Amino acid sequence: MALLGLYNYFVFAVLLMIGLYCVLARTNIVKSLIGLSIFQSAVFLLYISMDKVDGGTAPIIQEGVENQVFANPLPQVLILTAIVVGISTTALALAVAVRIKEAYGTIEEDKIQEMDREP
Amino acid sequence: MMTIVFSLFLLTMLVIVAVAILRTDNLFTAVMLSGIFSLIMAANFFVLDAADVALTEAVIGAGISTVLFLGALALTAEHDHSPPVGSWVPLVTSSALGGVIIFATLQAPRLGDPNAIVHKHVAPWYLENTPLLIDVPNVVTAVLASFRGYDTLGEVFVVFTACIGVMSLLGRVRPRGELIEEGEFDKRTDNLRHHLIPRVVGKMLVPFIVLFGLYVQFHGDFGPGGGFQAGALVAAGIILYSLVEGGARGRELVPEWFSGMLVALGAFTYAAVGVACMVMGGRFLDYSVLSHDPVHGQHLGILLIEAGVGMTVAGVMITIFHAFSRRGIR
Repeated sequence: MALLGLYNYFVFAVLLMIGLYCVLARTNIVKSLIGLSIFQSAVFLLYISMDKVDGGTAPIIQEGVENQVFANPLPQVLILTAIVVGISTTALALAVAVRIKEAYGTIEEDKIQEMDREP
Repeated sequence: MMTIVFSLFLLTMLVIVAVAILRTDNLFTAVMLSGIFSLIMAANFFVLDAADVALTEAVIGAGISTVLFLGALALTAEHDHSPPVGSWVPLVTSSALGGVIIFATLQAPRLGDPNAIVHKHVAPWYLENTPLLIDVPNVVTAVLASFRGYDTLGEVFVVFTACIGVMSLLGRVRPRGELIEEGEFDKRTDNLRHHLIPRVVGKMLVPFIVLFGLYVQFHGDFGPGGGFQAGALVAAGIILYSLVEGGARGRELVPEWFSGMLVALGAFTYAAVGVACMVMGGRFLDYSVLSHDPVHGQHLGILLIEAGVGMTVAGVMITIFHAFSRRGIR
């Protein structure tokens, strides 16, 4: 049961590993970016897992209900804005990838390096 | 108990989908799977009592992000030609990272532990004082828009800056390679125009998505929602219209000058509310001085800045989508 309570964190670690492996092992830029967004989602999962309180509910106060237990609102605020910032920066990275494709004709890192080495 | 079983199922699905994304060589498949990944993640956030975050992830991760990746694929390549991994460095690095983190989490408080340190620090203060100082039911909105208004202003400007970056990368400078005709690009990217059922159903959905976006915008104080989600929802509606009708019709509906203006106007509104607070004798973004009653002032301030956030986010998403969809068109 104790390990079951840590399952969220284990999934966080595994997703982080998958994301990092995807970034390091793939030479395709778009594939690396997808790996990066998995990495990012893993961090979101870590934060949101921390907000849960047993028997709690979403932090929206209802009038006339006494002794409610609420989830912690602070990680939620942090991640809410981080998701929107994340998509904006991903869009910027994709725009760079499009320009690389236009300049080199490929988005494979190894081929781009080969072209750069040629005089 | 039911919650635990449900979240075990969802988390396991997340790992399976992530492995599938890693293994596929077809980038189109990978992008579609990452849409599914985001949707499962949104369900997970909902199980963890984070309704606002779940709404955001569902709109942005599963909706807009997928469309942007598809737009980028149309301009780059559809297949991943990575050579087989020869080196063992990636595997060792990521395993080492995962090992360290799993070792560290063995000490962490279990899920939902009410005595965890994170619940004992400042969080109770926000939960107790929100009804007294701000008096909006949704504590997340209160913290986002009022208590931590500075941070949110910063985030809005990060989004604003990213939009300017995309515009300067894909905007004015035309690509040197061969340009294709508008119709040809539509055929390659949004085939939906030639399929009757997605086109009719998609068009019928657009007004309801925009209406729901407006509801989320103005009901964000009382329920899950707010400017970030609403802006993304409205943008998703417009993007859906562009997908079923083609990019040119989408740009007729929301011209690029208009979405660009929304971006600037939203960020300006947010900062202007802050300056107005200073002019009226308070501190920057201290909404209490905006009205005779401090709590009413807070309500007014939150309404205005949420409107600013909504405008910027909607404008940024539409502008970025247009930048990708019209790149390479004559």
